[in-house]
Amino acid sequence: MRPNRPVYLDNQATTPMDPRVLEAMLPWFTERFGNPHSAEHSMGLEAEAAVETARGEIAALIGAEAREIVLTSGATESNNIAIKGAARFASTAGNERRRLITVATEHKCVLESVGDLVAEGFEAVVLPVQSDGRLDPAVLAEALAVPTLLVSVMTVNNETGVIQDVAGLAAMARAAGALFHTDAAQAAGKIAIDVTGIDLLSLSGHKLYGPKGVGALYVRRRPRVRLAALFSGGGQERGLRAGTLATPLIVGFGEACRLARAEMAEDEARIAGLRQRLLDGLSTPVTINGSWRDRVAGNLNLTFEAPALEMLRLMPDLCVSTGSACSSAAIEPSYVLRALGLDNRAAQRTLRIGLGRFTSPADVDFAAEALSEAAYAATSTAGAEF
Amino acid sequence: MIYLDANATEPLRPEARAAVIEALDVPGNPASIHGPGRAARRLLEACRRVVAERFAAPVGGVVFTSGGTEADALAVASLGLGRRVLVGATEHDAVRAARRDHEVILVDADGVADLTALERLLGAGGPALVCLMLANNETGTLQPIRDVAALCRRFGARLHVDAVPAAGRIAVDLAALGADSLALSGHKIGGPKGAGALLLADEGHLAPLIAGGGQERGRRGGTPALPAIAGFAAAVRCPLPDLIALRDEVERAAVAQGAVVLGGADRLPNTSCLALPGVRAETQVIVLDLAGVAVSAGSACSSGKVSRSHVLDAMGCGALAGEAIRVSLPWNATAADVAAFAVAYAAMAARLRLATAPRAA
Repeated sequence: MRPNRPVYLDNQATTPMDPRVLEAMLPWFTERFGNPHSAEHSMGLEAEAAVETARGEIAALIGAEAREIVLTSGATESNNIAIKGAARFASTAGNERRRLITVATEHKCVLESVGDLVAEGFEAVVLPVQSDGRLDPAVLAEALAVPTLLVSVMTVNNETGVIQDVAGLAAMARAAGALFHTDAAQAAGKIAIDVTGIDLLSLSGHKLYGPKGVGALYVRRRPRVRLAALFSGGGQERGLRAGTLATPLIVGFGEACRLARAEMAEDEARIAGLRQRLLDGLSTPVTINGSWRDRVAGNLNLTFEAPALEMLRLMPDLCVSTGSACSSAAIEPSYVLRALGLDNRAAQRTLRIGLGRFTSPADVDFAAEALSEAAYAATSTAGAEF
Repeated sequence: MIYLDANATEPLRPEARAAVIEALDVPGNPASIHGPGRAARRLLEACRRVVAERFAAPVGGVVFTSGGTEADALAVASLGLGRRVLVGATEHDAVRAARRDHEVILVDADGVADLTALERLLGAGGPALVCLMLANNETGTLQPIRDVAALCRRFGARLHVDAVPAAGRIAVDLAALGADSLALSGHKIGGPKGAGALLLADEGHLAPLIAGGGQERGRRGGTPALPAIAGFAAAVRCPLPDLIALRDEVERAAVAQGAVVLGGADRLPNTSCLALPGVRAETQVIVLDLAGVAVSAGSACSSGKVSRSHVLDAMGCGALAGEAIRVSLPWNATAADVAAFAVAYAAMAARLRLATAPRAA
C-alpha cells in the first residue's frame, strides 16, 4: 500500500474536502448552473431551491432558523460584517454606546475589524486571557461596567483549540445591554453549537470539510439584530450581503453541515483517541499550551525543546504549523501564545497540530515519530542559536 | 431547456470544471508554509499571472475577491476614499449602491455616457472617482472608456471600470483602456460562482473592505477560494466565443415579430435587449420559459423581484422599459438554439399580441 504522504495534521488552517461534499457540489457546477437570483426561469428556481436547502442545513447545525443565516464568502467576511455592521448601524441609528470588547486571542480579522472601527471613533477594549487561554468572566464583567455596544469572543481558538464559555459570556453581555458575537469557525462540526442567547455567529465552509470560498453569518431575528451591510448591490441576502450566491459552494457547505451534525459525536471520540495516541507516542518532552479540559478534540498546541521552524524543516512529510495560517510565513511569534503568557523563546518552539476526520492511526504514529526525531535533531543543533 | 441568459450566469466551461476539480484536490491553505500550503500558494499565484496577463494588468495589481460585486465595492470604497464618486446612470447596482452620495452621469437614448455632461461634472468640483462599465449587462451597450479615461486624466480623476459583462465576450485590456481599476466576475465568463477580481493599474496598497489575516497583500482578508479562483483562471484562458452572427439572427427573428432592439449599434456580441411593444416583459419571459427557453427581463439580482429596469429608464425608453427582455447568448450557444428561440419567440409574440390586442366590438 502506498503510504499516505505527506501526513496532513493542519486541520485548523483548512480541512480536506469530504468526498461526499464534492459529490453533492458537482452537479451544481455543471448542468445545474443557473443563477439562484434568476427567479424568472426554472434553472434559476432550481438553483434557488438548492441554496435554500443548504441554508436549512447550516441553520440546523447551530440551532437557528434558515432565515437567520446570511451566506458570505467565508468567516473573515462574516466577522467583518458582524462587527463593522453592528457598530456602524448602531452609530447611524443614534446609539451612543461606542465600546467594543474583544479578546487578545481572537482571530486577526476580528482584531483588525475592531481596529478599523477605532479609526471611525469607536472605543476598543481588548481583554487578556488566563494562562489556560480562557477568558475570566470577572474580567468581562469589569469591562462591561462601561456601557458597551458589542462583545466579540470566539467559541474555539484557532491555535490552541481552547473553548470559551460563550453561553455564559453571552448572557453577561446581554444583561449589560450589549450585542454578543462569536467567531465559531473553529468550533462548528467539532463541538455542539447553540445560538440561544447569541446575537451574531460566524461560520466557515473550509474548516469543516466543505469548500473554500463560502461561509455564513447567523443574525438573530428575535429580537432582531440590525446591521449595516459591508457592501451593497443587487439586494441579495436581504440587503446584508450583495453578490451572486455561489450555488455549488453553498450546496457543499450545506452538505458539510449535514454531515457534521450526523457524525460530530463519532468524529470527536475517534479524534480524541488519536490525539492521545499521538501524545503517548512522543518520546520528547513537551508542554501543552491552553486548557486541556476545555479544548476541541483535534487540537494539540505543544512547546518543544527545539526551535519550531527548524523542526518543520526536518519534517517535510508532516504538515503542521507554527500558528495561524494567515498572514502566512510570518516568523514573528504567535500573539495568541504570547497572550497565554509564553515568552518569545517558548512561542518560537511551539507547533500547532490539528487532527481531523480523515486522520488515521498510521498518520499519528508517523507524526509522533517524526516530531520526536525532529525535536531531538533540532535540539542538538540549536544550542548555538538559542 | 435552451439557456439564453448568459449575462445572469454563464454555463461552466469544461476547462474551468477540470481546473476546479483539480484544485479541490489541493488540500492546503495558500497561507500555510508546509508543502500542501506552498502547493496551494503556487496555484494561486499561477492563477494571478493568468488573469494579469489576459487583462494586461500588473501581477501585483490582481486582488482576488468573492465576485464582481465585491470587486466593485472594494474599488469604490478604496479608490473613492475622500473623493466625489461619479456613476453612470446605467451602472450595475453593485456600483450604484457602493456610495450613497454619488453623482449621476447621464446617458443618451442608446445608453452611452454623455461626455459633455461628464466633463461638466468633473469641472464642477474636487477630485473624483468616475465609475463607468465597459459594457452594460442588460443592453450590451459599450461605453467609450478610452475617451472617458482621457477626460479623467485631464481632470485628475480616477476611473473604475466594471468589466463584468464585457470580459469573456470582447477583448479587455486594462492598460489600453487607461483605467485605474477593473472589476471581473468568474461566473460571467464561464468560471464558477464565488470568485472574481479587482485589477489595479497601481500595485500599491489600498484599504481593504474585508479586513483579515493579511491575504492578498493586505487588500482583501480571508482564505482565498482556491478552487473557484482556479476555475476562474481557466475560464480566463479560453478563447472569446464568436457569437455576433447568432446574436444578429436573434434580433432579426425578434424584429420580424415587431420587436425593437434597444441599446444602439455598439454592443456586446452576445446581448440583445428586445422590447415587444404592448406586452409586459414578465409575461414574455414566463411564456418563453414554458416553451423551454430561459431568458430574463433584465438583471438577475434583486432576489426574485421583477422590477422596472433603471437602465432602460435612464435611456428614456418610456413604456418600452417594462416591455423588454434580455436575450444573452452563452459561450456554447448554437444555431439550433437560436432557431428554437426564433420559433418560441414567434409563437409567444403571436399569442400575446392576440391577448393584448384591443377587443373588437
